[in-house]
Amino acid sequence: MSEFELDARRLLCPMPVIKTQDRIKGMNSGDQLTVTCTDPGVLEDIPAWCRINGHEVISSRQQDSEIHITIRVRNE
Amino acid sequence: MSHTPKAVALISGGLDSLLAAKVIQDQGVHVEGINFYTGFCVEGHTHAIRNKDKQKAKRNNALWVAEQLGIKLHIIEVIEEYKDVVLNPKHGYGQNMNPCLDCKIFMVNKAQAWAWMEENQFDFIITGEVIGQRPKSQRKDTMPVIAKESGADDRLLRPLCAKNLPATLPEREGWVNRDDLYDFHGRNRKPQIALAHKFGFTDFAQPAGGCCFLTDQSYSSKLKDLWSARGERTYELDDIMLLKVGRHVRPQPHYKLIIGREEGENNYLSGYRNEFTSIKTISHKGPLALVDGKVNDADLAEAAAIVARYSQGRDAESVEVEITDRDGVIKRQRFEPMPPPEVEQSWHV
Ligand code: SF4
Repeated sequence: MSEFELDARRLLCPMPVIKTQDRIKGMNSGDQLTVTCTDPGVLEDIPAWCRINGHEVISSRQQDSEIHITIRVRNE
Repeated sequence: MSHTPKAVALISGGLDSLLAAKVIQDQGVHVEGINFYTGFCVEGHTHAIRNKDKQKAKRNNALWVAEQLGIKLHIIEVIEEYKDVVLNPKHGYGQNMNPCLDCKIFMVNKAQAWAWMEENQFDFIITGEVIGQRPKSQRKDTMPVIAKESGADDRLLRPLCAKNLPATLPEREGWVNRDDLYDFHGRNRKPQIALAHKFGFTDFAQPAGGCCFLTDQSYSSKLKDLWSARGERTYELDDIMLLKVGRHVRPQPHYKLIIGREEGENNYLSGYRNEFTSIKTISHKGPLALVDGKVNDADLAEAAAIVARYSQGRDAESVEVEITDRDGVIKRQRFEPMPPPEVEQSWHV
């Protein structure tokens, strides 16, 4: 299992979702990706995208104006 | 083992694309969604920027539709390629700056390029188009134009109005049963609403104008203003995002102000302080404004007076204002707020 990070700060939805999607494409099942964002829209959109595509949000926390969402990847 | 046909559905997030995908899914076809992000899409941003929408769920309708259907959704960013559609639409614009017909051709073409890819291997494409629904782009005579110019030809199926159109390959091959498709036409939305109820969908999105800001009159006039001020028809993503935010006031041809209307917009605009000179009121609560254009001190004094007019100090004798240039150099000065009649209506873009 590897851990990765993605900086999606200042991007507005759906760009953070698109960046997450494209990044996860090259990852393996079990890998973790932590996305850092500033658009609160991601609190809805990234979990929705994960539910649709079978990935798991394992944590989501807000610190000052930044949001960190960690995803466990499940690629077929 | 028999082949399960695969269709890729263009998902805008509106009701029609939801229904079209559902109708085909119910026929046993494997459906996945595709959604294109052009930079002009209504989804997301403005909800995120404006505080007053904070109470509302900030959902992305395309994701919501995919979740309702239980299908995968592939979101594809096409900002660069889409510029040519907006700047040079072969078939022209609709009522505002919306190049709907060229846009549909572009999206079906992109969907098809994606769908026929070796790793994807889809058999056909579906859209939620309905004949007569939109005066410019969804007419009986534009349907074959989209099919032909996109290159999808008879692998493009519109389940909601298919019975009004010649049979397509998926119908002829028996991948879908034509009898179970629909013959909707015109602007009447009742058949779609009834079908939505039949499927048990509630809370679906029905965007009034269309799926993007280009159908919006005020947005379109800001875009035209941007081009005429620059003397050229070009844009970057930041340009078109900023057109969605704030009050745009152009007191002189060579500069305009983007004035935040509330806290969420002020926060968003503050992210651009390294790229623009910004003006903020200090002595009174007020907006943050960006100055777009090359300005001299007299212009800045005029700009500051306008920004002061939109602060809580609008009736005060003077308002202290902080002007920060792109390098972060700060100047503080007091200005008399410009009286409302002098902020001319014609300055509002
Ligand atoms: S409304 Fe916008 S996104 Fe929808 S077809 Fe027209 S130009 Fe394209």
